[in-house]
Amino acid sequence: MSSREDGPARGPCAAPGTCEPLLAGMAGTACDRDAPLLRAGNTNCGGCGMSITLNMLSRAIGARRVQLAIPACCGIVTAGPFPYSAYGAPVVAATFASAAAVATGLARVAQMNGEDTRVLCFAGDGGTYDIGMATLSAAAERDEDILYVCYDNEIYGNTGGQRSSATPLGARTSTTPAGKAQAKKDILAILAAHRVPYVASVSLAHPDDAVAKFARALDLRGFRFVHVLAPCPTGWKSEPAEGIRLVRLAVRSGLYPVCQIEEGRRWTVDVEPDFDRDALAEYFAGQGRFRGDRLDLGAVAGQIQEQWQELRRRCAGGVRT
Amino acid sequence: MSLEFVSANHAAAMAAALAGRANERARGFGGGVYPITPQTECIEWLCQQEFARGEIVRVESEHSAMAVCMGMALAGARTFTASSSNGLAYMTENVFAAALYRLPIVMMAVNRTLGPPWNIWVDHGDTLLLRDSGWVQFYCEDNQEVFDSILLAYRLAEDRRVLLPVLVCQDAFVLSHTMMQTDVPDLETVRRFLPDLDLPHRLGDRPVTVGGLDFPHETEAHRRQHAEAMARVPEVYRECQDRFAAVFGRRPADAVECYRMDDAEVAFLSMATTASTVRAVVDAARGRGVKLGAVRLRMFRPFPEAALRSALAGCRRLGILDRDISLGLGGVLWAEARACAPAGCVVQNYMVGLGGGDVRPRDVDGMLQDLLARDAAGEPRLVEVGS
Repeated sequence: MSSREDGPARGPCAAPGTCEPLLAGMAGTACDRDAPLLRAGNTNCGGCGMSITLNMLSRAIGARRVQLAIPACCGIVTAGPFPYSAYGAPVVAATFASAAAVATGLARVAQMNGEDTRVLCFAGDGGTYDIGMATLSAAAERDEDILYVCYDNEIYGNTGGQRSSATPLGARTSTTPAGKAQAKKDILAILAAHRVPYVASVSLAHPDDAVAKFARALDLRGFRFVHVLAPCPTGWKSEPAEGIRLVRLAVRSGLYPVCQIEEGRRWTVDVEPDFDRDALAEYFAGQGRFRGDRLDLGAVAGQIQEQWQELRRRCAGGVRT
Repeated sequence: MSLEFVSANHAAAMAAALAGRANERARGFGGGVYPITPQTECIEWLCQQEFARGEIVRVESEHSAMAVCMGMALAGARTFTASSSNGLAYMTENVFAAALYRLPIVMMAVNRTLGPPWNIWVDHGDTLLLRDSGWVQFYCEDNQEVFDSILLAYRLAEDRRVLLPVLVCQDAFVLSHTMMQTDVPDLETVRRFLPDLDLPHRLGDRPVTVGGLDFPHETEAHRRQHAEAMARVPEVYRECQDRFAAVFGRRPADAVECYRMDDAEVAFLSMATTASTVRAVVDAARGRGVKLGAVRLRMFRPFPEAALRSALAGCRRLGILDRDISLGLGGVLWAEARACAPAGCVVQNYMVGLGGGDVRPRDVDGMLQDLLARDAAGEPRLVEVGS
């Protein structure tokens, strides 16, 4: 374990899981881990949403014993070269499609030996929506005791920004130079359809909600899935300092619903959007990947409206996913 | 010790279960499993077992079967899986990963033809595809050898000087679905042979990244360590044979097994069940005064070059029988073994029994006549034996 000096400066802590909301949950406090989950010296870009995700996750993990399976993605590159590790917890660098299966092995052996280790997968959208989908679906179907966190930057970031099935409609990537012609997968509905104990989306602009949901997901048993919209300044062609603002705009406009689904049936919206059209316009204007594209804001707003009608029906309990 | 009448699939499963139970006082046992003909009965048998500290995970693919084994092994458990043919091809990425993590996983492979077109019968091309994966490879000739090799594989794989995964191969249907009398020891005896697994790089609470990033100089060092571990296998294997003989009262075959080779001028080199047929032909040819011998390669990786060289030292003509074809080259065994023949020896490759064609004594006899008539080796020959 690294010494406390490695971590950020510490302040008093009001209550576990609700620390320092004014500092967006990121200030060091007495309830932090001895070693932060992502330590200093990592190779992430400035403004990386994955870094912020790990810091919030670190806060939620607190003193819990964890092991992580991380597939090919920026999240494993940031660990750094052998024999160093930027992670303040034990990590298996899994093959691209295998995080959920490697985590299955870790979790089963921990369980059969009576250990309280919480096993996590930490994967990007490529490893989740695309190549790891069958493995993820199978682990969810088996209800493995795993918390799967997907940090979704909506591209293959590690390879330089190619489209994935999480890339949104209209986004330009190196393999969709004219903008992607298809909408992104509805990953929450896919996971909810597995009837797993817990599925949630969190917003990096709403750290209280995010840390509380991470903490809840850590303590539940069975398969849990948390989705995070993770700004990637390199891929989104956005300002590194603007990531949190972009996420807030995505939440306000209704583009990124912040919700949770218990047992695949009980849907709850955690942050109410105001469906502001200016927020939506600002979200797209702040990212070079949408620039120059003939993005029809009216059509996107229409899609958001449809998506929310569906979501409201689900929240009302009338629709099984 | 009890005598059981079982198929090689069940023999492998029984050995794996015994090895697993022998580790239940340590970190336990497990593996990910997925069905594929003709291996399925092995994993079915395992799935019918109860383990005090063990979990068989029914996964969605061979790729994940090996990934579950990797996760379990990294957590310190003894692990097992089984596969075959296209399943092994699909698993390949994680087969390599298991070796590169230096995990002592044991896998049973039923050799089956790669498709399409689909063919469920024996061909060694599937496991030879994995020859460069960093796994130790054994090819077996009967059900007892399959059983013994699984137990032996764990002791070898888990030795601190080795720490490599081991593949135990057997021929589709010829062994996998053929019942044979097999000696099955009791758990206490197996415990005397297999110490608890204590993986030095087990993932615990220390914040390390297993299998992270390497720069070239680190990969050079890691490959060197891997190669050195492979190079230690023959010596550790001999120790395992000795210990096996002391505990179970029978000695598993050497890496290279010779039959009537002492004065042999002509010899056939083969692997797995083909070797049984060859031995019958040797006896018949000896009756006719032909100084024929047979060599069976049991350990394909690490390739036992020195032992093979010594076995073939007196040989003037050598036929190498491959149940595989490396398209554009010839037989894989031939390509690797031909350099072990002495200078001046005529080395002819026969690829025979591809796709599971039944290699009969008369087929081997035909190749013997061909070999005896040769003054020089020709191109690798694909010998068709029909169904």
